[in-house]
Amino acid sequence: MECVFGLVGNDFAVVAADTSAVHSILVHKSNEDKIMILDSHKLIAASGESGDRVQFTEYIQKNVALYQFRNGIPLTTAAAANFTRGELATALRKVEDQMILESCKSSSGVPLVLSHYNPYFVNILLAGYDKETGPSLFYIDYIATLHKVDKGAFGYGSYFSLAMMDRHYHSGMTVEEAIDLVDKCIMEIRSRLVVAPPNFVIKIVDKDGAREYAWRESVKDAGVPSA
Amino acid sequence: MARYDRAITVFSPDGHLFQVEYALEAVRKGNAAVGVRGTDIVVLGVEKKSTAKLQDSRSVKKIVNLDNHIALACAGLKADARVLINRARIECQSHRLTVEDPVTVEYITRYIAGLQQKYTQSGGVRPFGLSTLIVGFDPYSSVPSLYQTDPSGTFSAWKANATGRNSNSIREFLEKNYKETSGQETIKLAIRALLEVSFIGYF
Repeated sequence: MECVFGLVGNDFAVVAADTSAVHSILVHKSNEDKIMILDSHKLIAASGESGDRVQFTEYIQKNVALYQFRNGIPLTTAAAANFTRGELATALRKVEDQMILESCKSSSGVPLVLSHYNPYFVNILLAGYDKETGPSLFYIDYIATLHKVDKGAFGYGSYFSLAMMDRHYHSGMTVEEAIDLVDKCIMEIRSRLVVAPPNFVIKIVDKDGAREYAWRESVKDAGVPSA
Repeated sequence: MARYDRAITVFSPDGHLFQVEYALEAVRKGNAAVGVRGTDIVVLGVEKKSTAKLQDSRSVKKIVNLDNHIALACAGLKADARVLINRARIECQSHRLTVEDPVTVEYITRYIAGLQQKYTQSGGVRPFGLSTLIVGFDPYSSVPSLYQTDPSGTFSAWKANATGRNSNSIREFLEKNYKETSGQETIKLAIRALLEVSFIGYF
């Protein structure tokens, strides 16, 4: 039931994500920030398996930082997106070997190795701003599809947010128009999705950098009850 | 004596590791680098030898960033420096990934010194021919740090130090003139130390 969506405006890109962390029927927390600031001018909004989500995006973030230290210049948004896709693609087909415990060794004493693939179940919207090329948004799904898009969405919420964006989006939107459209999508998800997430976070990236824009909360975490 | 300087893994009868000492010679031939620690600042300065006319001097980086809060200058074999710096940069990010905290200056110094030591106790390799000066602030701290490593793999913290060409003269100057300073005063002290051995304006 995770909802992530985003769009590109005239000189900025905006992404929104729900903030629920769910395990089966239990909501662990309703203020989980799923949009990571990758570097000064990039945002990575991720949905999917929560362990994979955090591990994979942090891994990408550290590698992007390492590139910047090594080369004295940051990666472009497109380069970061292609790197991310490459890591997802590798994990799909690269065999990972797991050594089996001592107790399960074969009779001849040869160590047993269990080979398996280790794909990441994470869907990503990567938004960024480059000085030379302006804002951009990349759609990267868990089986390493990569598309450069003007608007994109993941999850059950995408049925509603994509439809709203198809109806109201036009290129060159201002921040006010874009946030208005984001709010329309959130309204639609809240009213039409059966187990709709109550809270959303919106982040924006433009020439001044990547930052949090707003939260849209319909359910706040219960405070300490008065005695 | 000559028999004991071939392999790094062989001690001489009087307890020397000649390869390490020869590596220190390589450091002594490198460009001077000086580091001075103040109360709220730490300064690194390097001597910029007059470069070849056609060379783009901007591409020659003598002071590098290992992370947002750590910088390094070195004297000696610059090609060896590239390898060491690359490993240190990877370790800085790896540390951030595994413990969600930036490295302390002492940690990354210990890591670099550990690498340098590994190459004094392995077969078929030679030591790194460089000494490093590592500066920075520990995370969530306003206390500056200055450390030095050398080809043997030893490291320690310093109030002020120099390495490379004429480092003895610079260190003598620093020992005579060091006092706790801050801000611009510390920068001036570092520059004056370098001027002891760098003949600027002579030609």
